Amino acid sequence: MSIRIAIAQCAPALGAVKRNLDMHDKWIARAKAAGARLVIFPELSLTGYYLKDLAADVACAADDPQLARIAEASRDIDISAGFVERSADAKLHIAQGHWSGGKLVHVHRKVYLPTYGIFDDGRYFGPGDRFETYQWAGGTTGVAICEDLWHVSTPYLYAAAGATIVLAPSASPGRGVAEGGDLGTAESCRLMDRFYASYLTVYIVYVNRVGHEDGIAFWGGSEIVAPDGTVAARAPEFDEDLLIGEIDPELVARERARNPLLRDEREDIVLRNIAGRLGLPFDRRD
Amino acid sequence: MTSTLARTGVVRPDPKDPSPLRIDEALVRKMLILFIRDETVKARLRRAVVGVSGGVDSAVTVALAAEALGPENVLALFTPYRTSSPESRDHAQQLSRKFGFTLEEVPITEQVDAYFRARKEKVDKVRIGNKMARERKSIEYDRSWPDGIVLGTSNKTELLLGYGTQFGDMACGINPVGDLYKTQLRELALSIGIPEAIVRKPPTAELWEGQTDEGELGFTYADADLILYHMVDRRLRPAELVEHGFDAQLVARIRELVRRNHYKRVMPLIAKLSLRTVGHDFLYPRDWEAD
Repeated sequence: MSIRIAIAQCAPALGAVKRNLDMHDKWIARAKAAGARLVIFPELSLTGYYLKDLAADVACAADDPQLARIAEASRDIDISAGFVERSADAKLHIAQGHWSGGKLVHVHRKVYLPTYGIFDDGRYFGPGDRFETYQWAGGTTGVAICEDLWHVSTPYLYAAAGATIVLAPSASPGRGVAEGGDLGTAESCRLMDRFYASYLTVYIVYVNRVGHEDGIAFWGGSEIVAPDGTVAARAPEFDEDLLIGEIDPELVARERARNPLLRDEREDIVLRNIAGRLGLPFDRRD
Repeated sequence: MTSTLARTGVVRPDPKDPSPLRIDEALVRKMLILFIRDETVKARLRRAVVGVSGGVDSAVTVALAAEALGPENVLALFTPYRTSSPESRDHAQQLSRKFGFTLEEVPITEQVDAYFRARKEKVDKVRIGNKMARERKSIEYDRSWPDGIVLGTSNKTELLLGYGTQFGDMACGINPVGDLYKTQLRELALSIGIPEAIVRKPPTAELWEGQTDEGELGFTYADADLILYHMVDRRLRPAELVEHGFDAQLVARIRELVRRNHYKRVMPLIAKLSLRTVGHDFLYPRDWEAD
């Protein structure tokens, strides 16, 4: 039985949480009407991305009353949305929550904070420190927020932990306009999505936003890439779009039967190599 | 067709190969139209004002603005000085007919000459040129009130070389063409239907008679753009460019222009005194809570 999901390729306003909550309501209603079991919003969908000093102004705890509207809306449809989380010890994190049945069921804090070129995450946010999978109706899932996905180890760790779906909410600025192909960023992202999906035999659900912040354009192009490497659905570039697609657990099973790379994966060897290089003790169980 | 590898990774710097500057014109056009539309709205404005000189940079800017906001929401100002050529006026009028925006002529000779007549000292022509550029911009800003945004027309080559007047032609609310080298801008111009006569004529600021950009700079845009592309976009050091066969003197000259004129590209320095200072550590995005 495949599960229908929706990607809200939207344009959040920068620092205007109330307005963004209203915007979320509209996309949630559309996703519900389309029969989706889950609607996924891009990175920092409730706050906007290039926040700078606004980060502290819009931050809230994961159980803050202003997010209760999202929780309430999740009684009918699961919702994955982005916000600035203020931790109990007052650190700011780029976070993606998953709400289901009226409750927050999982939060991922962005681990890799790009702080180079046009990115300045590390100046304003603290890093997350874990990649944890969680369950929902669609199956075992891991969240990789934007730069998290660019690190090969992220989807690897999720796949090794049993994930069949990697949700990748992003705020990816479009750049690279040389002739002879697609937008440079789009090409890199598509290569990455297809490679991870095929070689880890998982669904990659890439959710990018559109619109501008201070002259920088987010390019959209959200896509669902299936474990056989095919593009199951893809949204247009630069325009808003509600992208509907299906997650088929049986396709995962078929691909893993045909291509049992994950079954044969030697995590113990990976761990021994890394532990040895870092001078950490490693208990062999054999 | 350039390969993916060449586009994203390996480019061999070669003074005789201009192909790294080639752009996807359709993609650039789409991105710039969305940029103009979106950032005008975010500034809570609805019209655009563009100083049109008859040259290719302002031609591309005004044509894109007309497409983005509708020609009825674009005001083009042709602001001739007595040294401006009739050909420039003709080119501005051709653009207005072709793209449908309103073109107004506001001569600046009277006020510029009146100002300098009152000066006692000998006035260098550079001062007159700068005054003209700032006079024009002051008119564009005046005419932008209350609901228009002034569009910048400085291309990436000019911005990097500092070949422009600070708070004059360089001033604007938003600049759609500032990340395109002159060579790329010409390519875009042809693809969006700017008449060939405008695209092919020698670029000039027309600040004095007979002035051309390339004559004044002492090198061609084609040569400068390729050096700047490898130096800025590809992060090659001057010594590496020379190793690849670029002219050592030209590389040094261009690098020095980029360095010396950097002040024109940044906001004025503010003396840091307090715990939190505008520009230093009071860092809010410009699109703060914008629609």
